[in-house]
Amino acid sequence: MTNRKGRFGVHGGQYIPETLMNAVIELEKAYNHYKDDPEFKRELTDLFNNYAGRPSLLYYAEKMTKDLGGAKIYLKREDLNHTGSHKINNVLGQALLAKKMGKTRLIAETGAGQHGVATATAAALMGMECVVFMGEEDTRRQALNVYRMELLGAKVVPVKTGTATLKDAVSEAMREWTSRISDTHYCLGSVMGPHPFPTIVRDFQAVISKEIKEQILSKEGRLPDAVIACVGGGSNAMGSFYNFIEDKGVALIGCEAAGRGIDTFETAATINTGRLGIFHGMKSYFCQDKYGQIAPVYSISAGLDYPGIGPEHAYLHDIGRAQYVPVTDDEAVNAFEYLSRTEGIIPAIESAHAVAYAMKIAPSMDRDKIIVITISGRGDKDCAAIARYKGVSYIEEDE
Amino acid sequence: MSRIGKAFENGKAFIAFITCGDPELETTVEAVRQMVQNGADLIELGIPFSDPTAEGPVIQGANLRALTGGVTTDMIFDMVRDLRTDVDVPMVFMTYANVVYSYGADKFLSACSEIGIDGIILPDLPFEEKEEFLDTCHKYGVDLISLIAPTSANRIAMIAREAEGFIYVVSSLGVTGTRSEITTDLGSIVKAIRENTDVPCAIGFGISTPEQARKMAEVSDGAIVGSAIIKIIEKYGKDAPKYVGEYVRSMKEALA
Repeated sequence: MTNRKGRFGVHGGQYIPETLMNAVIELEKAYNHYKDDPEFKRELTDLFNNYAGRPSLLYYAEKMTKDLGGAKIYLKREDLNHTGSHKINNVLGQALLAKKMGKTRLIAETGAGQHGVATATAAALMGMECVVFMGEEDTRRQALNVYRMELLGAKVVPVKTGTATLKDAVSEAMREWTSRISDTHYCLGSVMGPHPFPTIVRDFQAVISKEIKEQILSKEGRLPDAVIACVGGGSNAMGSFYNFIEDKGVALIGCEAAGRGIDTFETAATINTGRLGIFHGMKSYFCQDKYGQIAPVYSISAGLDYPGIGPEHAYLHDIGRAQYVPVTDDEAVNAFEYLSRTEGIIPAIESAHAVAYAMKIAPSMDRDKIIVITISGRGDKDCAAIARYKGVSYIEEDE
Repeated sequence: MSRIGKAFENGKAFIAFITCGDPELETTVEAVRQMVQNGADLIELGIPFSDPTAEGPVIQGANLRALTGGVTTDMIFDMVRDLRTDVDVPMVFMTYANVVYSYGADKFLSACSEIGIDGIILPDLPFEEKEEFLDTCHKYGVDLISLIAPTSANRIAMIAREAEGFIYVVSSLGVTGTRSEITTDLGSIVKAIRENTDVPCAIGFGISTPEQARKMAEVSDGAIVGSAIIKIIEKYGKDAPKYVGEYVRSMKEALA
């Protein structure tokens, strides 16, 4: 009987080539050693507080609350972190861990570019080499982030295979890792992939819900009624949910990218349209055809444009602890504009999916109810793409 | 012993890989017949997958061409059924875990048994996860082929002891594809394998020339070639089978 590690219900596991097995075993051992090591924790907390700018604010969105006329809305401002998104939390943790393991090179996949920018940043800070794989389609959608990564000293490799988006960037980063393991750590950006990545990334992102809990107790003296976050692979959502899983009174809501709608093929809503499968090192839900070919998913958001979901989310869905709702491109773009106008906060188009769902449910909730929305990143990177989507022509194309 | 053992009874084994349906199934069928007539001892039939994470650019291209051409798992089952009327060398499927899982492991493996497939190779199913399909493989008499890599080190004994059919020794780090040289100390890996099992082992990844095949077979029981064959198919398309046959003959002769 083999030991089936890293399971969340039936999900998770380690479905990877034999070439990588000792690498993930070594990573798991190192993580188990350092995660409770006081010196490691002290160094990471120092990076969080004095480099990334943590704790991030929990902001009472008073104008939005009044405008919607229902539940009281707080925004967890991960967009205010250094590099502009929650991705830095995980990256600082993994880069520090990699450094302790004696690795000198970080590789990463990126969709919207936020994880790539965060990895390039950590590599610059810690004096490590960095290579980021990014779908060619995404290098166009997020050209500014390509420049940011290069500015930070990283090499960006455009991935032309498959749909040339996030899933192909993950595949290419995995291929690269199998060819160069001894000095290289694969800094996976979401709560996905083979064990131990879903656990490691969750633990580093769990600082989000730890802070939300402390901040809301201090501001309101009680826990929120709902925590809402967007879900692609699901790292900001897992980080936002984790410390509330045992608090059954807190509804946990993940917002999937429905693209042009879950009744179309142009969607990336995995829980809503996918089924159980094995891909990218894990068993979980995936958008796929009847023969198990992974579907070419679509979303306006490069960061949510992924055909799978992290195994712990799949499990929270199975046991009914979290619910996963679809949000379309149109709804997200509307929320992107709404939050910009109403609160003067431009959210990432990914985070706008969570804002959009809050806008749907807040008006019908009582005024003594509390919603926390995680604003996982800032939206500067999206302005050109949204302008294109809206048919605004004054943005210069750099193609 | 399963039929796979027969592949290793004719001197060093030459194992040929082909992606089914690249560019269409008629070419695959004809190429397999040419391979067998020219001395291939075992045929690895690739069922294409949308995201073949263990493959280099050459076999990725073959997967894409096959899927674009509309080939499906059911069509490949029909093709094998047809091949089995005249081909009696062992044949195994090489694909990815999701292709089997999504089809339904029981349904997939019972079909393998019915059409005459002797084993399956799943590069994304390491030792730790093999129980996903192992019982079902045994139920239908299909060998689940294990892979051992240059990085396996302390894992070799554990994998070898439970191996069946043959052991696929991965020659180099990285993905499939031809390489100008193979630097891994394969002799000591094979030695460690032989201390733990009598199951034959063949080396694959990066082999394209007769000289490389001979070197690999000197330290093991056979050589596996994939990308070099796919390149011939990519170059000649429907006319590829006779060139594939000539190539296989030159490789098998090098092993004699």
